[in-house]
Amino acid sequence: MPNSMPSRVGSTGSTPRSSGRPNQLFRNLNSKIASLPMIFVALVIFLGGSIWTIVYSFTNSRLLPRANFVGFDQYERLWASSRWIISIQNLAIYGILSLIFSLVVGFVLAALMDQKIRFENVFRTIFLYPFALSFIVTGLVWQWILNPDFGIQAIVRSMGWETFEFNPIYDADIVIYGILIAGLWQGTGLVMCLMLAGLRGIDEDIWKAARVDGIPMWRTYIFIVIPMMRPVFITTLVIIGAGIVKLYDLVVAQTSGGPGNASEVPAKYVYDYMFQAQNLGQGFAASTMMLLTVAIIIVPWAYLEFGGRKRG
Amino acid sequence: MRIRAFAAVMAATVALPCIVQAADLEVTHWWTSGGEAAAVKELANAFNATGNKWVDGAIAGSGSTARPIMISRITGGDPMGATQFNHGRQAEELVQSGLMRDLTEVAEKGKWKEVIKPASLLDSCTFEGKIYCAPVNIHSWQWLWVSNAAFEKAGIPAPKDWNEFVAAGPKLREAGIQPLALGGQAFQAANMFDVFILSIGGKELFEKVYKDKDEEAAAGPEMAKIFAAAVQARDLAKGNNVQDWNQATNLVITGKAGGQIMGDWAQGEFQQAGQTAGKEYSCLAGLGLNQVLTTGGDAIYFPLIENEETTKAQDALAETIVDPKVQVAFNLKKGSVPIRGDVDMASANDCMKKGIDIIAKGGTATSVDQLLSTDSMKQKEDLMAEFFANASMTPEAAQERFAEIIGSAD
Repeated sequence: MPNSMPSRVGSTGSTPRSSGRPNQLFRNLNSKIASLPMIFVALVIFLGGSIWTIVYSFTNSRLLPRANFVGFDQYERLWASSRWIISIQNLAIYGILSLIFSLVVGFVLAALMDQKIRFENVFRTIFLYPFALSFIVTGLVWQWILNPDFGIQAIVRSMGWETFEFNPIYDADIVIYGILIAGLWQGTGLVMCLMLAGLRGIDEDIWKAARVDGIPMWRTYIFIVIPMMRPVFITTLVIIGAGIVKLYDLVVAQTSGGPGNASEVPAKYVYDYMFQAQNLGQGFAASTMMLLTVAIIIVPWAYLEFGGRKRG
Repeated sequence: MRIRAFAAVMAATVALPCIVQAADLEVTHWWTSGGEAAAVKELANAFNATGNKWVDGAIAGSGSTARPIMISRITGGDPMGATQFNHGRQAEELVQSGLMRDLTEVAEKGKWKEVIKPASLLDSCTFEGKIYCAPVNIHSWQWLWVSNAAFEKAGIPAPKDWNEFVAAGPKLREAGIQPLALGGQAFQAANMFDVFILSIGGKELFEKVYKDKDEEAAAGPEMAKIFAAAVQARDLAKGNNVQDWNQATNLVITGKAGGQIMGDWAQGEFQQAGQTAGKEYSCLAGLGLNQVLTTGGDAIYFPLIENEETTKAQDALAETIVDPKVQVAFNLKKGSVPIRGDVDMASANDCMKKGIDIIAKGGTATSVDQLLSTDSMKQKEDLMAEFFANASMTPEAAQERFAEIIGSAD
């Protein structure tokens, strides 16, 4: 015991002197150990899984994965399929419109909410409530509301407008807008809450200063408050964006891709071909295309956003 | 001490289910509509009578919803005791990779080769000379179900074949009746099209296209006629706002629609509604044109499970399925044809007797499920879903794509 004591003291004593580079790895060791499972999950499941999927998208795997490589065959078939093209178009329409509308509507609602109105809590609850419902429930609810035989169309007709027509989910040309309505109804409340949190984070003094300068309220919002809320907007954008790309359950519940395949989306194509058609290769090719699309959008943006800041 | 007690409890929770499960057999299937559920009950009761316990694993939705769940469970290492598939190529790869149990012993004991008719049923269960599934019933798609009340309301006699039905279309519309009921699920349109090929085009064309995968025949003038018929059907089906096939059948039952092209399982729905063939509704085999039926159907597959008790229960279920008495009870409720010709179906109704008669006379064709891979089936389904929903898609454009699919089919 006595012998070991000094040596231990010596070793701890020597750390500060020889510290510097090598021990950087062991700084905050506890938190690093704690995050090991997450690092492991990210590397093995997300990264590993993605790479595995990309590799097998070049095979002709059917029900079970088989390493029989066929080059770009699956991709050629994918882009020749009219269902895939329709899916991409639908996602583009849904994505752009849902991005614009949920941001605009969410921000306007939040700004209205921010006027120190009465019963704010009640309104906030009402607007946020749809978000508590799953996409499946949302889809079913809107399937009924939009059903021409007993939904909005039937109600308006029973009030006397006999020729009133509002039948989005059984009309192939506009079905995607029927889904958009349901998606916005479900998602706008959350955007509103995020925006409201951002607005509450703006210093009261800025408002006072703007008022002293005689700047109208709408200009204060657009030119002062919104630029200050940049981080909130980015968070919101990421949340909405992820919701758009993975759009699947809403479509399944509301239209199951119909009429025909007018409301198909890429995620549904992936699922249907992997599991219903028992063609893993085709499903993997489609999901790789989805990943690639996301990467094309995210990578330059992330580079500008995070890479640029380090240099500047 | 506390730890030991805790461990004992933990061990018990693990061990107990094993003891209970010993003679339990979970059977997954997608027989969920009224008539189907009644039929499953017959099968379950017969299996329970053997001393085992049927654990019902019904999966709602159609087969296309249920199959992915079943397959993931089998490939994911959590197999059920037994599962339904359509016999044909749906479970092909599962059998090839050795995930399914070889039933040859049970089959030899029960002389399946001699009693099961037509032989193509057992052929679809066979892989490298071994038998991997127990056929349950025979289903055919080539039926036109007609609501007599709807035609009465329109003031015209009920049709005797598809051509008369098409001719009656405008009159039905005038009377405020939907001429043809067709649900939104994609398989309905796709299979209706296959019915046209066999019933209007004939067996020769059907086999050329689906068996030989002859791209030229698929692009040829004979097929163009089928597409013309499909356009007529598309016009008659315009205005449908239902999704599920049984909802569409319900339109016929209630006289809101003139007719529906659907497999013989629709029969069970009419029966559940208390209707009799020939009185409230009529059935036209082969659309009244061509007395040939496809003999697809359902089969039960048994995943390979290393557990003697489960294996025994699986054997018992396989024997129960083929048992003549069970065959009669099950198929009467389900409205399908039994897999063996030596059972007495005297209590069957007129429509079923018609079907049994046609099959006994040899008017059979192999079903599309057995001829095409699920991948090709899906591509065809996508095309038909698009074609039937989109009135601006021309038959020529659809035929071109159909020929491409057949050309690359396997």
